[in-house]
Amino acid sequence: MFKKILIANRGEIACRIIASAKKMGVASVAVYSEADADARHVKMADEAVFIGPPAAAESYLVGEKIIAAALKTGAEAIHPGYGFLSENAGFLKEVEKAGLIFIGPGVEAITSMGDKIASKKLAAKAGVTTVPGYVGVIKDAKEAVKISKEIGFPVMIKASAGGGGKGMRIAESEMEVEEGFNASKSEAKSSFGDDRIFIEKYITQPRHIEIQVLGDKHGNVIYLAERECSIQRRHQKVVEEAPSSFLDDATRKAMGEQAVALAQAVGYHSAGTVEFIVDNDKNFYFLEMNTRLQVEHPVTELITGVDLVEEMLKVAYGDKLSIKQSQVKIKGWAFETRVYAEDPFRGFLPSIGRLTRYVTPPENKNVRVDTGVYEGAEISMFYDPMIAKLITYGASRDEAIAEMRKALDAYYIRGISHNIPFLSAVMAHPRMRSGDISTSFIAEEYPDGFEGGHWSDDVKTAMLACSTYVNAMIEIRNNNAYGKADGHGFDADGHWTVRVDGERTPVHINMQDGGGEIKIGKKSITIRSQWMPGQPVFDGFIDGVHRFIEVDKLASGFCLTSDGVSKNFIVLRPEIAELYKYIKPKVKADTSNLLLCPMPGLVVSVAVSVGDEVKAGQALAIVEAMKMENILRAEKDATIKAVLAKTGDSLAVDDVIIEFES
Amino acid sequence: MASKTERKNRHAEDIKGAVRKAGKTLADIARDAGLSDSSTRLALRQPVPRANEAIAVFLNENVEDIWPEWFGENSDNADAGKASNVINQLEAKREEARLGGGQKRIDVQHAKGKLTARERVSVLLDQGSFEEFDTFVEHRCTDFGMDEVSFAGDGVVTGNGTINGRLVFIYAQDFTVFGGSLSETHAKKILKVMDMAMKAGAPVIGLGDSGGARIQEGVASLGGYADIFQQNVLASGVIPQISVIMGPSAGGAVYSPAITDFIFMVRDTSYMFVTGPDVVKTVTNEDVTQEELGGALTHTTKSSVADGAFDNDIETLMQMRRFFDFLPLNNKEKSPIRESFDAPDRLEESLDTLVPSNPNKPYDMHEVILKIVDEADFFETQPDHAKNIITGFGRVAGETIGIVANQPLVLAGFLDVNASKKAARFIRFCDCFSIPVVTFVDVPGFLPGTAQEYGGIIKHGGKLLYAYGEATVPKITIITRKAYGGAYDVMASKHLRGDLNFAWPSAEIAVMGASGAVEILFRKYKDNPEKIAQLTKDYEDKFANPFVAASKGFVDDVIMPHSTRKRIARGLKNLRNKELKNPWKKHGNIPL
Repeated sequence: MFKKILIANRGEIACRIIASAKKMGVASVAVYSEADADARHVKMADEAVFIGPPAAAESYLVGEKIIAAALKTGAEAIHPGYGFLSENAGFLKEVEKAGLIFIGPGVEAITSMGDKIASKKLAAKAGVTTVPGYVGVIKDAKEAVKISKEIGFPVMIKASAGGGGKGMRIAESEMEVEEGFNASKSEAKSSFGDDRIFIEKYITQPRHIEIQVLGDKHGNVIYLAERECSIQRRHQKVVEEAPSSFLDDATRKAMGEQAVALAQAVGYHSAGTVEFIVDNDKNFYFLEMNTRLQVEHPVTELITGVDLVEEMLKVAYGDKLSIKQSQVKIKGWAFETRVYAEDPFRGFLPSIGRLTRYVTPPENKNVRVDTGVYEGAEISMFYDPMIAKLITYGASRDEAIAEMRKALDAYYIRGISHNIPFLSAVMAHPRMRSGDISTSFIAEEYPDGFEGGHWSDDVKTAMLACSTYVNAMIEIRNNNAYGKADGHGFDADGHWTVRVDGERTPVHINMQDGGGEIKIGKKSITIRSQWMPGQPVFDGFIDGVHRFIEVDKLASGFCLTSDGVSKNFIVLRPEIAELYKYIKPKVKADTSNLLLCPMPGLVVSVAVSVGDEVKAGQALAIVEAMKMENILRAEKDATIKAVLAKTGDSLAVDDVIIEFES
Repeated sequence: MASKTERKNRHAEDIKGAVRKAGKTLADIARDAGLSDSSTRLALRQPVPRANEAIAVFLNENVEDIWPEWFGENSDNADAGKASNVINQLEAKREEARLGGGQKRIDVQHAKGKLTARERVSVLLDQGSFEEFDTFVEHRCTDFGMDEVSFAGDGVVTGNGTINGRLVFIYAQDFTVFGGSLSETHAKKILKVMDMAMKAGAPVIGLGDSGGARIQEGVASLGGYADIFQQNVLASGVIPQISVIMGPSAGGAVYSPAITDFIFMVRDTSYMFVTGPDVVKTVTNEDVTQEELGGALTHTTKSSVADGAFDNDIETLMQMRRFFDFLPLNNKEKSPIRESFDAPDRLEESLDTLVPSNPNKPYDMHEVILKIVDEADFFETQPDHAKNIITGFGRVAGETIGIVANQPLVLAGFLDVNASKKAARFIRFCDCFSIPVVTFVDVPGFLPGTAQEYGGIIKHGGKLLYAYGEATVPKITIITRKAYGGAYDVMASKHLRGDLNFAWPSAEIAVMGASGAVEILFRKYKDNPEKIAQLTKDYEDKFANPFVAASKGFVDDVIMPHSTRKRIARGLKNLRNKELKNPWKKHGNIPL
């Protein structure tokens, strides 16, 4: 086996690879940019080499620097992870030229699978089912219309070199094909410098299901079942599971065998993924092959028991695969959710800053956390906002979902915004739980964005009980101070009123050792918990159900978070709560006359000045965040009263940029 | 179908039966539910919601299912029914006093979103703990028709009670009685509780809601104010005095709060000023609203008169309960200790990455504070004024500490006039009441400029220096980054009798920043940037670390940030019985 390898990546995947290397007794070398000097992967690795400024283009994407680092430290092989240089054939050639081993497939596989048209032709030749469409370069819009009519509407117009949804369009009619073809062509030209376009049948309500393959340098290729990645937001995967609730054994076998055939056709010798889309009738069509380790590989690992990184290292070294196809068995169910530093309540805008609190759920045989960060780490604007992956396992799909919901509730992140409330809401969704999903799930279920999880009766009751208990614990403690008046006794037992959302609910509690008995109306609820004041997560059994509920102390009362729902609770003696009827609710400050900065960022330009009249939709200012220029537009016709930010200002969320006349 | 009355009667019989079967009397049940004896007696004569609740719980029923009238009608045989005439009269008088200025005025008070004085007291104090004095005091004024109107209590509710079991004296002005205006007798009531509080050694909390002097009484009312001021002065440093402004406080009335230890306000419903908008308009021709002139926003941001503001009456009073828990009862007690579930030796690894490697990059000092105190519970005073310094109370291992910290996030943490005044007064409070002071230092110096010099930064900065130098309470100081120049000396340095002075590895203790120092020392090289860069680096190497100061004993130890809480906890424990006395003097002469 290798004595030392270099990991040409950062974040959770670098940590993940180092973990397997450690397990195998292989020394690891990390590389890091200026922004990552204190990163977790640097701390985990045996050695670390500095490779330049924060921007990936000047560090993680510079092949020479990485190869030089490997040579300097005496690493024999380079694992590229995913993203960055993982599917860059040029880099692979350089690695081999330097006498090092690339832990991944060969040049031919990367090159042929990297091009959408070429890969499709190759797949068809290898006997893989492809989406009906025209494989080849289309000259002009007229030809595009002709081809579309032959395939049948709706069709998908795609850029050959495309990715991430750019240069991609759906057309339902001849007219739309004409328009879409020209638009995609120019977009492809500007985005990729390659304006080749192809057209294929558009599958409605598709599921995204992919096959994990694994090959060695001795001609062996096996498949490790499938993963379903249908839950996507704007072509970004959010939740993945294995196996798929949709496939039957026959389809699984057919897909697996086709994937193996394709891998064999390109002499594949590493871990790779063949992506398919599957329609309602279980027809499956080849989409593309990813010639690298996938983000979502852990779900496959949990149901097959195979360490994919370990296998990658072994086959790169020249060993044979340690398992045969006949030995691959699927056991249980696994889910993965991707934890992003982005604000689901503000259109999923990226969030940067310091992780002031970062407590991952307790790991065990059913819960795995692949994290790239730690408490006190800085989320910078330079890289992908994915900070960790949460993977859970269960004997059944339902059990794996329950584990995931619990683990998400226990995942405590403060200092930045994150998508855990959204993930909780998705995992709690009835459609998700019944398996009735497709790639349009998020677009269909959250058409107007996300406003918080479902405040179901179940969650409400649990939170009301939890708030009553938490308050009683705090009150008891508060009454246990040095200097108490003689004879002062305090008993938390009795009637209280919980105030949430302006609504008052009478409750009654009887405290017991390690818990309490709470009455809400006619319902009686038992709590067992070791929770103590000050702990950020309530961990306990509410009516026999194990729950995690996050508890954030507020100036008045506390905020509880569970199942994607966050609510502020105040628990008072009934006669005091009653007095709330006299309190006037505070009128929220009117911000309709202000343009507020929607995310922390740098003002690139302000396009208007005082006295200007602007029309709805007109661009007012540009704010740069996470290397993205965000154009802020007027929501209505207005006159500019004051401009409060100037080019170069660094703004926080909700800082005022422009004030309009009212 | 049985009629409604029949159903009620049957239900009443059921309940009575159940009670009898349990071998209890109604009075027992009421008492078991925590009702006081007087309310039990009251409950036995008329329906009281709490009594019905008690029965509901006892019988495991819903409150709505208990027939309210039943409780009253069927308890004729209870012993309280035989109450003598005097007792009946007492109850009636109490009932009347409870209504203050009458239902109509109470409704007006409620319509403003404000609670009545008695409601406020019930929120502030532990349930059933209030002992009222002078309920039946009435004014003695006979002029201007005052002989025809009089209310029991005369516009202020006074007495004592407990907050989480600890004794407190309170007065609450009642706006429903003559607009809460201060008469001679009203003042006497306040003086009485203050006097009792000083003797008993317990804090006074005043809930202010008063239109000002009782004009009909003239100079008698003024005299009342002055008597209160004098008592405030005498009580200062003996017992903590807290003023909560929950309505108007204008003219002379503002000077009692002004000399108490802390002032808190309610947003949108309270204001304080020496002269109101009308007089302002006449004298200076300024147009200003009450809110702009003396609202909570003004006093918590601009004037620094108030130490905090909260959204409404209930939240304000709940916060006062929280605040009170931090305070010792008097100047003879040590800093209070409350049960804590937070391990004193808790390590906070994340603090090791808090201070950025770039010395010009700010960070939020709140994070250090929240991570070293128990349960992240920090009561910040003046959070919206002079934000370049943070002051407030927290606990370590259950013991209250006062925290003073430079805030690099605002004005780079420079000390200016406002910051010096804010911190100096806070430290003096802590010293009065034996609360240890923990100081976090990241200060580039005193803020330069004409605004500061003309503003008298020399004398105001001197206040902070004086306050630290004079304080004999345990003083623990942690230098997290910059400690430059005179500001290093001032911020609880070893030289000002700091008991424990720690430095993080990122600490830089120097006369000034490296580039400034080199510019002065090596003026002759000013045209040689390379030489300057080299010298700057030399200076940094020498002083941009804590070791020079450590070698002189100016810091007691260089500690890892993650162990800060542990070291503070240990220090506080060791210093719990610290003995240090200043030379005898009548009092020092702080540069006011």
